[in-house]
Amino acid sequence: MTAIRLHPEHAEDVSDFLDRQARLPTLRFITCGSVDDGKSTLIGRLLHDSKALVEGQIETLAADSARHGTRGKDMDFALLVDGLAAEREQGITIDVAYRFFASPNRRYIVADCPGHEQYTRNMATGASTADLAVLLVDASRGLLQQTRRHAFIVSQLGIRQLVLAVNKMDLAGHSEARFRAIEADFRKFAATLGFADITAIPIIAPEGANIATRAPTLPWYKGPTLVEALETAETNTIANPDGPARLPVQWVNRPDSSFRGFAGQIASGTFHVGQKIRVLPAGRDTRIARILGPSGDLSEAIAGTSVTFTLADEVDVSRGDVLAGADRPADVADQFEATLIWMEEAPLYPGRPYWLKLGTRTVGATVTAIKQRIDMATLEPQPAKALNLNDIAVVTLALDRPIAFDPYSLSRLTGGFILIDRLSNATAGAGTVRYPLTRASTIRWQALDVSKATRAALNGQRPMLLWFTGLSGAGKSTIANLVEKKLHAMGKRTYLLDGDNVRHGLNRDLGFTEADRVENIRRIAEVGKLMVDAGLIVLTAFISPFRAERQLARDLQGKGEFVEIFIDTPLAEAERRDVKGLYARARAGEIRNFTGIDSPYEPPENPDLHIDTTQTTPEQAAEQIVAHILHDEIYEAWP
Amino acid sequence: MTASAVRPAPIHAPDPQRLSHLARLESESIHIFRETVAEARKPVFLYSIGKDSSVMLHLALKAFYPAPPPFPFLHVASGWDFGDMIRHRDRMVAAHNLDLIVAHNAEAPAAGVDPFRTPTPEYTRLMLTEPLKQALTHHGFDAAFGGGRRDEEKARAKERIFSFRNAAHAWDPKAQRPELWSLYNGRLNPGESVRVFPLSNWTELDIWDYIRLENVPLVPLYLARKRRTVVRDGQILVVDDERMQWLNGETAEERLVRFRTLGCWPLSGAVESRADTLDSMIAEMLSSRTTERAGRMVDHDQSASMERKKAEGYF
Repeated sequence: MTAIRLHPEHAEDVSDFLDRQARLPTLRFITCGSVDDGKSTLIGRLLHDSKALVEGQIETLAADSARHGTRGKDMDFALLVDGLAAEREQGITIDVAYRFFASPNRRYIVADCPGHEQYTRNMATGASTADLAVLLVDASRGLLQQTRRHAFIVSQLGIRQLVLAVNKMDLAGHSEARFRAIEADFRKFAATLGFADITAIPIIAPEGANIATRAPTLPWYKGPTLVEALETAETNTIANPDGPARLPVQWVNRPDSSFRGFAGQIASGTFHVGQKIRVLPAGRDTRIARILGPSGDLSEAIAGTSVTFTLADEVDVSRGDVLAGADRPADVADQFEATLIWMEEAPLYPGRPYWLKLGTRTVGATVTAIKQRIDMATLEPQPAKALNLNDIAVVTLALDRPIAFDPYSLSRLTGGFILIDRLSNATAGAGTVRYPLTRASTIRWQALDVSKATRAALNGQRPMLLWFTGLSGAGKSTIANLVEKKLHAMGKRTYLLDGDNVRHGLNRDLGFTEADRVENIRRIAEVGKLMVDAGLIVLTAFISPFRAERQLARDLQGKGEFVEIFIDTPLAEAERRDVKGLYARARAGEIRNFTGIDSPYEPPENPDLHIDTTQTTPEQAAEQIVAHILHDEIYEAWP
Repeated sequence: MTASAVRPAPIHAPDPQRLSHLARLESESIHIFRETVAEARKPVFLYSIGKDSSVMLHLALKAFYPAPPPFPFLHVASGWDFGDMIRHRDRMVAAHNLDLIVAHNAEAPAAGVDPFRTPTPEYTRLMLTEPLKQALTHHGFDAAFGGGRRDEEKARAKERIFSFRNAAHAWDPKAQRPELWSLYNGRLNPGESVRVFPLSNWTELDIWDYIRLENVPLVPLYLARKRRTVVRDGQILVVDDERMQWLNGETAEERLVRFRTLGCWPLSGAVESRADTLDSMIAEMLSSRTTERAGRMVDHDQSASMERKKAEGYF
């Protein structure tokens, strides 16, 4: 392949040329591997050799090479892809860059992925939409931890075609033995990773050796060049037309009463008019009446096509449902096992609540258990209580309702999901479903005639959860006790949950690590919810240092039933009071993970009540809180 | 497009078992449109009237058919727009009954800001970026569709399809949300927004190919016509109206020219060309060796200017 891009000189040829271009398949691939293995240089060279560069870009490259280049007087091809100012300054790749080129036979979209461990999440972003991965190895350094991590992520994301590009062969004396040793090393490591096809190619990226043309300096290599390998790779591997028929419903199209269509992009398989389909998770069957494609009605539509279906029956379908071929329906469950890549600085603890988005459905979810963390050097499983940034683990998840999904190996787009932080809304993790754990159809909440409202009415009060939070020694228990006494005197039915009655019983199996603290608060929130359901006014007095858990507690309660009360005592003041002598012991190193000393406290951003104890006595604080509750009870509409 | 018209879609591959390059891009863009509408509280289409915007409009009409696109169209008019662009805009608005919002900074021109004398970065900020940000904030739009493509420019090549913006509409390239598969995270806190780029994976050639195959209506400025021009600083300017500020000795000359990208007419460089049909224009483009943004003075005023402008809140 010498000239990848065609240049029809006359308008008459354009029509043929463009018709052919429009019909070409696209190969999407990534370059990955450890930092400094030459990924960006390889792509720059590929663009250059494929004549995808035009005047403006070559001029800019020459100027940038002189200014920031790392290759002396020569062109620094990496600068073609490192598009951010910070990247050019530091000479590293921070985020994935997408570049485009073409051959007479196919179009290419290549994602240049960062090699730094810190930016693994960006690498996973690039890999999730790729048909093939080019994994670079520096011949002089061999396989590194980051090479292995990338190979593992690539395999977890379902990429089955891999090119092992052994780069910098000039620095390894153009040695065949060195190349074969690295290839053997990798094949051994990757034996269990499920690649269908591994092609190892020795290259020298800056020279273009074995990229588009054969390298005279590596005469012993008889296999394909990189471009030859790309030209013959399988395309369109993500949305599989031969897979099970799946349409995640994105949007219900109802312009008027005469039309009700269900719009989405076919995630897998093939649908045809008249086909019997099942609406999931509900389980109702119906048939496809019409398929509207992008350019009009279709009799049949394949994976990847954006369509709008109309259905033969009036069935209830909304965004997030999955329309599946009735002969091969998707799994429906509210628990499953998955492989998870953690992408956030804040660690993942089992029990902490997140949003989960899978297909077009977003639900509440928690990781219930970390079954094993995978060691990237050995692929060996290890036990773990928490997941840190870039950790990969097998976990179990529980959702707040059943959803339809598939194992990722069966269908990428109905088996891949992301976890979203409920406070920052950041994308905190990405996972691939292994298999369902329960058949959720057996779980049904009992609808009881005696309800929270009837119990509350009997008690003559509005049930709620008063959540006191603040540092150790801030005065939470003191104030909560006073509030309970006042409420009791007014004939209200109350219950105070505090360290003494919870830590010694329900939660005596928990310590003070971050993971245990999360679980501690989760249990208290759940018990609080049951007591509110029973019609009580519940008071809790725990440090509860993390916003995420307080948000969980709030989310569990009905609207208006959760009152967050921030007992605000500055650390210096709490430490000065040190009622229980705990601060002194923490400072002495006798107590570890002590909030405020060696464990963080995240103050509430918008508490319902903010008590500044440097300005308010406990008695005044209690009055203020009781007044707030009674005010709510009187003025807010009682559902 | 009518629902009953079954015509062989030219972009479909000969092999019915797999989507062609353009069919795949078309479906991906439609998916992005629908996902945004389903998740955003108040989306808006940033309508710039150029070729990319025209393709985007075509895709939006398809995505929600038979319903109309369920969002308004925002045009940031600098007041120095080509007359042809405004006429094309009004034709499209009438043809598809679009809900059009025009944003314009009226104070800056009154204070003496104009494209001839004001330094270009400052002019762009005052006449394009600021009115855009003000309109987004004023109407409370939380998702804005833009026609950016990753092949245009190195900073755009790095950008997500759902590009998160903080309350000041700024892009932080070092803290982009991971974006896996086609799962877009559009969840926002108050004041935050996303810019959504349905054409992220299209190239310039794809755009032209699609316009040609789908007969997408286009501003005539992209085709060569005799136009009144003046050459200044190596750029061919088309004198679009009587507000032209002439330098000593300058006069208008007729030249056969066309545009590769469109903006404010005093800041858009034309190219000499005989390509007066779409096919001849594409033939010319394919054999040309300059980038399409070369005619856009807005971009080569400073190195890394696109990244800087994006950080300020420009697209």
